[in-house]
Amino acid sequence: MLTVATGNKAVAAAVKEARPTVVAAYPITPQTEIVEQIAEYVSSGELDTRYIPVESEHSAMAACIGASVTGARAFTATSSHGLHYMHEMVNWAAGARLPIVMANVNRAVGPGWNIWADHTDALQERDTGWLQVYVGSVQEAYDAVLMAFCIAEDERVLLPVMVNLDGFLLSHTMQPLEMNPAGDFIPPLRLPHEIDPGNPGGYGTLTGPDDYFKFRWDIERSMRDSVAVIRETEDRFFARFGRRYGMVEEYRCDDAEVVVVAMGTLGKEAEVAVDLLRQEGVRAGSMRVRWFRPFPRLDLSGRDVVVVDRDYSFGFGGILARSIAATTGARPFSVIAGLGGQEVSYEDIAGFVRDRRPGEETWFGVTGDV
Amino acid sequence: MTEIPREEYLHKCTSACAGCSDSLALRYVLKAAGPDTILVVPACCTSVIQGIYPNTAFKVPVYNVAFAAAAACASGMSAALRAMGKKTNVIVYAGDGGTVDIGIQALSGAFERGTDFLYICYDNEAYGNTGMQRSGATPVGARTTTTPAGKAQKKKDIDAIVAAHDPPYMATACAAYPKDLFSKVKKALSYRGPTFIHILSPCPPGWRFPAEKTVEMGKLAVRTGMWILYEREQGKVTINGPSKAAMVRPLPVEEYLRAQGRFRGISSEAVARMVADARALAERLKKEEEGTC
Ligand code: SF4
Repeated sequence: MLTVATGNKAVAAAVKEARPTVVAAYPITPQTEIVEQIAEYVSSGELDTRYIPVESEHSAMAACIGASVTGARAFTATSSHGLHYMHEMVNWAAGARLPIVMANVNRAVGPGWNIWADHTDALQERDTGWLQVYVGSVQEAYDAVLMAFCIAEDERVLLPVMVNLDGFLLSHTMQPLEMNPAGDFIPPLRLPHEIDPGNPGGYGTLTGPDDYFKFRWDIERSMRDSVAVIRETEDRFFARFGRRYGMVEEYRCDDAEVVVVAMGTLGKEAEVAVDLLRQEGVRAGSMRVRWFRPFPRLDLSGRDVVVVDRDYSFGFGGILARSIAATTGARPFSVIAGLGGQEVSYEDIAGFVRDRRPGEETWFGVTGDV
Repeated sequence: MTEIPREEYLHKCTSACAGCSDSLALRYVLKAAGPDTILVVPACCTSVIQGIYPNTAFKVPVYNVAFAAAAACASGMSAALRAMGKKTNVIVYAGDGGTVDIGIQALSGAFERGTDFLYICYDNEAYGNTGMQRSGATPVGARTTTTPAGKAQKKKDIDAIVAAHDPPYMATACAAYPKDLFSKVKKALSYRGPTFIHILSPCPPGWRFPAEKTVEMGKLAVRTGMWILYEREQGKVTINGPSKAAMVRPLPVEEYLRAQGRFRGISSEAVARMVADARALAERLKKEEEGTC
């Protein structure tokens, strides 16, 4: 069915198709529409799920953990400070190997108080053992949520998945959306370590030095295995619904001598910048990083690289730029742009490419002493 | 209802301290709950008593969860189990710190939402697991490692806070009165919705008394009126037998205080406050029982 929808409504519609047993959530701008829409589905009987209106995000994730460990499919959504308030439990979900799916509407972290797009909220959670995908359109938000359940629940993965969409730029923007009845696309959840009174055991008990590292390694091994699972799931999704994205979405990269790398809506904006630059005779291309965990392999050899980060790690650098430098050996021109919803147009991005200085970092809009 | 089964759900030789009344209480709780039970345990002495992976001291599954998260985790668990048509008991078994301090938000949320579960707080009146620091449940005048001169504030009244949520059933208990505890757990589990049991758990190392005196210490607490055994069923208060007797002829409070090293050197003002608070609570409960307040 073709319609138009906001990113938030698309996420909620995908959750309806996935039919979770439990949804536990706390509202926060700009995520609220997701939980409001789910509550609406539940009260109208369109979605048969237990909706738990918790008193905080810490409890939202705790309730999802409780539901998931009993073998139920669980979903939550949050943003920014909500995500950080649940940080402790974000670790717990991955450590307990629970395939919870969470939508995070990317928003800046205060102070100063700012409700607009910024990836630093989710990137601060990057070492928790969650898979992370960043989407660039309303359609992709819908598709990513559907695929997230399949990937998280695959026995080779059994890790939670965070679907990230830019606050307001996607969460509140109307775009065309093709909705598909998912039916049996997501197989029934089978949790090998489901808690069972018939087979009593300790879950998450005190774990000594002889075992703790093995559990950590197990998470890492599953992270690595998830690359194949993501690919297979995308193939299956493509065969069924005719859309696919990849770990990284490449645009006009084949003969590109300069490549723009970005995530989320900035990555989509970069594609328009590439078209503009091509008209000027610059052989530009774009790589939009979708999966940040597991981190993809990028083929950047022999090209200039411009990385646009809507995030920052203080005292270190743009998180995407530093990650690319570390994994590819490239010396990117790192541009910090779009923090807290700062407007960045395709013309700005084209300018970054024209002015590129490999190995340097600039902050868009900051003049004088940088 | 007071036929206590022989089945044990807690193995022997756990890492509990000698004379631990938390593990004693747990034994009766599990006997009352039976095998179709999941325990949710936040950081506390019980998570240590459980043992180190891959072993467990329990014959029911235990889900260990972060300190502040127990009641919320149980909400999710209960919702999922009921959605799947299962009747499994979901019991949070948390210490006083995890209940009256860091876990109180999740506790309040779960009670307000009407989660179908039993929340048990075993109260040794300090953070036992980390070496006896004060908690909100530590009584006035008690010495802990973070109140070396005695705590200046009084014990937080968690029962009044829980009662304000109007749960269908709540009670106080003590492992020194196992039949009473056993029947209260049975009763709590017979209700749908959130229920609460607050168990006083005398703690030999924390309270500084000899390990063999645990049961005696629990009885002293009740007989001196420093711990009142009662139930609140659908809002109606019943003071239980041992406390009824103690209200008629209480033992002097000094007997309870003198038996514990943590009250050594307690000021007479602190004793007076403690006694006054206990009396006020007893009066309030009596009036509630009679329906005159
Ligand atoms: S510190 Fe107290 S409550 Fe904790 S295990 Fe020891 S005796 Fe039991």
